[in-house]
Amino acid sequence: MTQSRDAAIVGIHEYPDRDVEGEVSPLQIKASSAAKALEDAGLSWSDVDAIYDAGEGGGMAGLNISEYFGLKPTVINTTGVGGSSYEYHAAQAKRDIAAGKAKVALLTYGSTAHSNAFAIGVGARGGASMHPADNMDSFAGQTLVSNYAMVAHRHMHQYGTTSEQLAEISIATRMHAMRNPEAVRAMEDLEFLDIRETTIEDVVNSRMIADPLHLLECCMISDGGGAVVIASPEVARDCARKPVWILGTGEATKYPENGGDLTVSAAAQSAPIAFGEAGVSAAEMDIAMIYDSFSITVLTILEDLGFCKKGEGGDWVTGGRLRYDRPSDGPALNTDGGGLSSNHPGMRGIFLLIEAARQLRGESTSQVEGAKLAVAHGNGGMLGSRHTAGTIILGGD
Amino acid sequence: MSEQKKTPTRPLPRTDELDTQAFWQATKTKEFKYQQCSSCGTVVWYPRAHCTGCTSGKLEWKTASGRATVYSYSVVRQSYHPFFRNLVPYAVAWIDLEEGPRILSNVVGVDDPLNDVSIGQAVELEWEEHEELCIPLFRPV
Ligand SMILES: [Zn+2]
Repeated sequence: MTQSRDAAIVGIHEYPDRDVEGEVSPLQIKASSAAKALEDAGLSWSDVDAIYDAGEGGGMAGLNISEYFGLKPTVINTTGVGGSSYEYHAAQAKRDIAAGKAKVALLTYGSTAHSNAFAIGVGARGGASMHPADNMDSFAGQTLVSNYAMVAHRHMHQYGTTSEQLAEISIATRMHAMRNPEAVRAMEDLEFLDIRETTIEDVVNSRMIADPLHLLECCMISDGGGAVVIASPEVARDCARKPVWILGTGEATKYPENGGDLTVSAAAQSAPIAFGEAGVSAAEMDIAMIYDSFSITVLTILEDLGFCKKGEGGDWVTGGRLRYDRPSDGPALNTDGGGLSSNHPGMRGIFLLIEAARQLRGESTSQVEGAKLAVAHGNGGMLGSRHTAGTIILGGD
Repeated sequence: MSEQKKTPTRPLPRTDELDTQAFWQATKTKEFKYQQCSSCGTVVWYPRAHCTGCTSGKLEWKTASGRATVYSYSVVRQSYHPFFRNLVPYAVAWIDLEEGPRILSNVVGVDDPLNDVSIGQAVELEWEEHEELCIPLFRPV
């Protein structure tokens, strides 16, 4: 099976600050990250001919950002599907580059969710909306956490999954965060209490936010952002860094359906497409960068990606399988510290690509020796109701 | 002008939203209406103007019995909403009506939602009355 080498990640940057104290705007985060990612690639603004923008910087997506950057791109993509937008952008950049419509694609993200006290995590509340689905749902007092908690409850009911098993995801991620100085500084700046590696007991004894999810199973609310540069093989060959190839991509949606199974996410649809295109399987992955809004998000998606059978995730993650220093047991999970313990400004998808690229270049703070293959899976919207999935399979040069 | 503080109230749906207004209007007389396609039989939920099962179907409004089961639930311990913060702990749930629709609602009428609500539990419809409409909630049978 020949893998396609149509497009590669050639430049990355993760904005280092998680609390900008209201003194930096989302647009400034996007621009500063873009410049640094281009520098990382050995490229400059004038090389960019394709812009991917989820519109979080405000104004008319795609247009205002082109002007702000001072670019005149000829591919303008404004897909905005929540936290997985950047996996969609990577997939679409690969297609645009393969079709000859673009050579250098620029993906950017900026958010001041923490500074704005924008409610996305534990503090989230519902809002009035004219979408008919929201007009049916908004009376019930659903919170963001209870939305995900209902998936966890159903998973426990159907498969006997336990809080202790879910806690494995939190503690592996925290372990990786403690090795990442930027993640430690993030937790300090966001005034986490008792910043250290955690145990299963710590997680299950932390405050219940919405049964059965505890505080230490919920992501942080930070400021932040980043940028990714994706280029054609011809451009990639001359870039400053080793290319990280986009081998396969998959996109999907899921929403409430009568009689539907809440324990299955849209990843069950997107993953086979992505792995099929890449000609590899989940078992071959060295790295799993999975959107960890909550512990249950990761457990559900690990199953849907095919690391284990549906319902067996609880057993499968037990015993520290997801730690970076047990590569023979399975993939290393969220080696940057994840949304749980490093960076979650609301749409974390771009960091999944960034840390996967770091691993495949050999630059992670929790480096898996000789990592060759990674999956980055973004989940946008809400796992327990309507959400999007973007699966990206990446390979080292 | 009265200096009296307003009591926070449950967020209520809009009755002028075009897809769902017929549902909410029917709640005034405590009828739970849902749609089924007369051509292909698809039960469409939430309410819409078109059938999602076929392109030529006509949706008919039917009335649900109110018999249902809890598909999944969570007990909310923390909310920043001015109404719901005073209600914690309370149970939000996906409720399966016996006719098919899966709706988001609350399980009410229990002393202790932490112990008295469960997946698979039989529940029945109960209406919470408001000026313009009624809100469908569920209580264990
Ligand atoms: Zn029909």
